[in-house]
Amino acid sequence: MPRDPASAAPPDALRLRGIRKVFGGVTALDAVDFGVGAGEVHCLAGENGSGKSTLIKIVTGVYQPDPGAGIEIFGQTHTQITPTLARKAGIAVIWQDLALFPEMTVAENIAFETLLGNRPRWVSYARLRDTARAALARLDIDLDLEARLGDLPIAQRQIVAIARALVSDARLIFMDEPTASLTQSETDALLAVVRTLSDRGVAVVFVSHRLAEVLEIAARVTVLRDGRLVGVYPTEGMTQSRLSELMTGTSFAQAVTARDAAGPEVLRIENLSRAGEYDDISFTLHAGEVLGLTGLIGAGRTELCHSLFGMTRPDRGRILLNGEGLQLRSNRDAVAQGIAYVSEDRLALGLIQPQSIADNAVLSVLKRISGAGGLLSAQKKEATVSHWLRELAVKIGLPEDPVSTLSGGNQQRVVLAKWLATEPKVLLLDCPTVGVDVGARAGIFRIVRQLADRGLAILLVSDEVPEVFLNADRVLHMAGGRIIHQWDPRQTRLQDMEAAVYA
Amino acid sequence: MHSFLRAYPTEAKLFVVLILISTGLSLASPDFLTLVNVTSLLNNNAVNVIWAVGLLVVLIAGGIDISFAVAASVVQYLCVYAFAAIGGGNWAIGFLFAGTFGLALGLINAFLIHQFRIISIVVTISTFNAFFGLLMFFSSGRFLYNLPSWWSSRVILWEYQTASGTWAELILPVAVMAAAMFATWALIRRTTTGRQLYAFGDNPEGARRAGISIGRMQAIAFGWSGMMAGIAGLMQTQITKEVVPNALIGRELEVLAAVVLGGARLGGGRGSVLGCFLGVLLVAVTQNGLNLLGVSPYAFKMVVGIIILLAISTSNLDPSRLFRGAAR
Repeated sequence: MPRDPASAAPPDALRLRGIRKVFGGVTALDAVDFGVGAGEVHCLAGENGSGKSTLIKIVTGVYQPDPGAGIEIFGQTHTQITPTLARKAGIAVIWQDLALFPEMTVAENIAFETLLGNRPRWVSYARLRDTARAALARLDIDLDLEARLGDLPIAQRQIVAIARALVSDARLIFMDEPTASLTQSETDALLAVVRTLSDRGVAVVFVSHRLAEVLEIAARVTVLRDGRLVGVYPTEGMTQSRLSELMTGTSFAQAVTARDAAGPEVLRIENLSRAGEYDDISFTLHAGEVLGLTGLIGAGRTELCHSLFGMTRPDRGRILLNGEGLQLRSNRDAVAQGIAYVSEDRLALGLIQPQSIADNAVLSVLKRISGAGGLLSAQKKEATVSHWLRELAVKIGLPEDPVSTLSGGNQQRVVLAKWLATEPKVLLLDCPTVGVDVGARAGIFRIVRQLADRGLAILLVSDEVPEVFLNADRVLHMAGGRIIHQWDPRQTRLQDMEAAVYA
Repeated sequence: MHSFLRAYPTEAKLFVVLILISTGLSLASPDFLTLVNVTSLLNNNAVNVIWAVGLLVVLIAGGIDISFAVAASVVQYLCVYAFAAIGGGNWAIGFLFAGTFGLALGLINAFLIHQFRIISIVVTISTFNAFFGLLMFFSSGRFLYNLPSWWSSRVILWEYQTASGTWAELILPVAVMAAAMFATWALIRRTTTGRQLYAFGDNPEGARRAGISIGRMQAIAFGWSGMMAGIAGLMQTQITKEVVPNALIGRELEVLAAVVLGGARLGGGRGSVLGCFLGVLLVAVTQNGLNLLGVSPYAFKMVVGIIILLAISTSNLDPSRLFRGAAR
């Protein structure tokens, strides 16, 4: 049941009651109450499709709620919210893509609000800089105002986006997955900024699926599931597993699946180095084994994968496949040798979004499914597609539907199908659950374990330590381009592993 | 100086290349660095620069315009008939008419792009063909010589007789070019509207979410390009003294290449007036130099093509970093 401990506080930043939104027969939000106290850090949690985005869009006036909703912003009752009203009332959203301007300077990006309006005015760059400097001062942060925004790392761009919201006098800031592409230390810096905002009376609504952060930063968490309010909970005393249960409505057996590698050695890496990316990497990977590789973003994990997949060339060291030295000149070589790579960026690199599920699934084996004269054989294609979709239990309408219509979890299965069709011996999985719901992740890892049972050698790369802890047989810890530690999950506690990686 | 290099790396690089080529040419040919040659370079390229600054605004806003050179021809014909209809006219009326006709043609592009959500290259290739087809059809390809005398006679702003007896002179298009450059600079650097154009070209979705009107941005960008095209058409007769329907077609690619050479990005959000000027000048100086060196004119386009390829393929090099390295 929702609780409301903030009833005695100064006027709440936001009070929504009975928010309902139906899109052509589909109920996106059903009688949802949502409140944020003044200066509170509040978390909005829920799986993809739970109604978080719809709620944000209603608060910012992009969508109108169905009649009967109660809306109160900073103590003032409104019958409806328009984008203009939301902005004037001090509500700002920092979208995941930040909506900034990479070619313009930091100062212009921060003070962008002052450049708006249909009537042309003269621009004073001195005043732009003053405005930007003042906004950054409120965050206790110093940035080079004349730098081109595109030259800044993503964490600093985030700061720019927050400062920009302050310039438009935001008193309630929504942050949509702000830490998705930040390293741990950058995340910590961002959380510090959020606390500064909160101390200065700006309320922040944090939308994140990283439950550890949610529990660290927020005072309360509102959980949505399937468009309904599950409840509002204080974060004190809340655990990650309880929170993910609330989000998914099911409880997960959190058992370590590690066991001893059964098969022969498939891949051996000896002293592999590439300047500026990774250094002196050595490990072995056996048939039937799931080898975990974890570390922060920037540790060199993805760069190592790129070399193992033939996309970059190591400066030194050897890669041996079944005892024979490999010289990979391109990723075509790697595929021919039986190495498959499921990339981190599924949206941009893993799938051709507008093309059909079937076309995506056979993309890696076009040569194999072609018949006479090198033309594609419809029968072979159909056979390959239906075999793998069945094998991986992909939930689809028709194989002809665009792959973009699938959920994150099912898209990831199509990517897997595409690579499994090449009949690889080694499968490199780079962050396979990015953008996949908590519930669907379990399904992905079930498949990973089944594939290993059939003798595939799997390298599971992830920056989420629990994932490798629960699903890998051994875990390598990579930091600063080197492998600095190896764990057996059966003889380690998750807390110790997390403490070592996130330190 | 350092902040200039950081903000305008392409322009700085271009400037260095221009100086190098000019130095080389002045050593190779005694005719290159003479008052007569330099002024005639400016006179002959003023029209290109006027077009270029108009096109620049479109490129900054993330679009592309293929139709402006043909639009200039259309404006010339409309002007001839309009001046005849009002019984002559003068320079003030000339600028007003040419600017307005050009603006109208540009707004046709903007309307089609915005209303039907067609990408600008498709729309302007269509209007390029439509404008030219209509022009050839209604003019039947006829040349027009009976221009009002104020328009066809050269307006000489400054002249000087050199020791050898030849005249160096600057004509009206050079002053108009300077004015067009200044106006465009003021628009894109000094007004909120100009910064919105950069933002829109840089990240259209971000600009839309910030509440910038997209239709307005398209109208301003293509309107500006059209207006500059009209004024360029008006100035062109200062050099040719006649109006020929197919005299300007084909120039659009030359100007586009010069503007891209000057650092404008085809994806939008980047470009400067200085870059445009240097880009046009670099192409012009190269052609001029080849001419003075007695190279066949048929080789010009090839050389210009090679220069542009070199410029684009080396644009990933950051010259400010090179200079910083050298300073150490």
